[in-house]
Amino acid sequence: MKIKHIEGEKNGNIMMYTLSTCVWCKKIKKYLKDLGVEYHYIDVDLLEGAEKEEVMQQMKEYTSEVSYPMLVINEKEYIIGYKPDEIKEKLGL
Amino acid sequence: MNQDISQGQIDKLYERLDKEAEEGGYHLNPDIEFTKDLVKGLITNENRYGYWSCPCRLASGNKAEDLDIICPCDYRDPDLNDYDACYCALYVSQKVMNGEKEVAPIPERRPPLEERLKLKPVPNISSLPLPVWRCKVCGYLCARENPPEVCPVCKAKKDRFERFI
Ligand code: SF4
Repeated sequence: MKIKHIEGEKNGNIMMYTLSTCVWCKKIKKYLKDLGVEYHYIDVDLLEGAEKEEVMQQMKEYTSEVSYPMLVINEKEYIIGYKPDEIKEKLGL
Repeated sequence: MNQDISQGQIDKLYERLDKEAEEGGYHLNPDIEFTKDLVKGLITNENRYGYWSCPCRLASGNKAEDLDIICPCDYRDPDLNDYDACYCALYVSQKVMNGEKEVAPIPERRPPLEERLKLKPVPNISSLPLPVWRCKVCGYLCARENPPEVCPVCKAKKDRFERFI
């Protein structure tokens, strides 16, 4: 799977589901990078077939109302949309 | 594939959308860098799917399923009304243009697939001599046998019309 890894300070397991064309997704990637935390992301629109289905299914385990960007912390808490304040708070920064 | 999009292509489409928006009483986001990035997303999706699927939503790649999110999507006008911007913030309200309101991300209004499938077309209960068609993008109504090829108001294509009455 095409999961990308961005190095930084470890602050729990941060996984982000994004779209390569979405500007809010771009903003959130930049925001995390500027925060300097380690995270992973996957651009779901660049996937195809079974792989795309599988990732969409993964997202649906958190909520039926899936949209992008979706950030998941420690496979538990999730934040939908570009919400810097909420991200900071949930990451304890 | 999408690396091939040139700045000239982006600028050209941006100019066109800006002109059309202003003519129709709409406004593109004045943050030009942000807006041109979205325009690039539209071109990427055009190359990838064959239509301007919304850059901030996941397309299925099946046009019939994605019709409601072909830009401008069915949700632009209600979002402009309620939040002063469309979901991607490509289009913004006059308030934003006047600097009275800032653009911020908004919640997704598009129902999940399961719910969209449940939305059935209205049954024909009318005794009017002609059916009435509604453009789902801008709300334009017309009474004729079939919807027009292109919406005379917002230029949306025929397949964006629904039978209204
Ligand atoms: S109007 Fe805005 S939200 Fe709707 S498809 Fe276009 S860019 Fe996306």
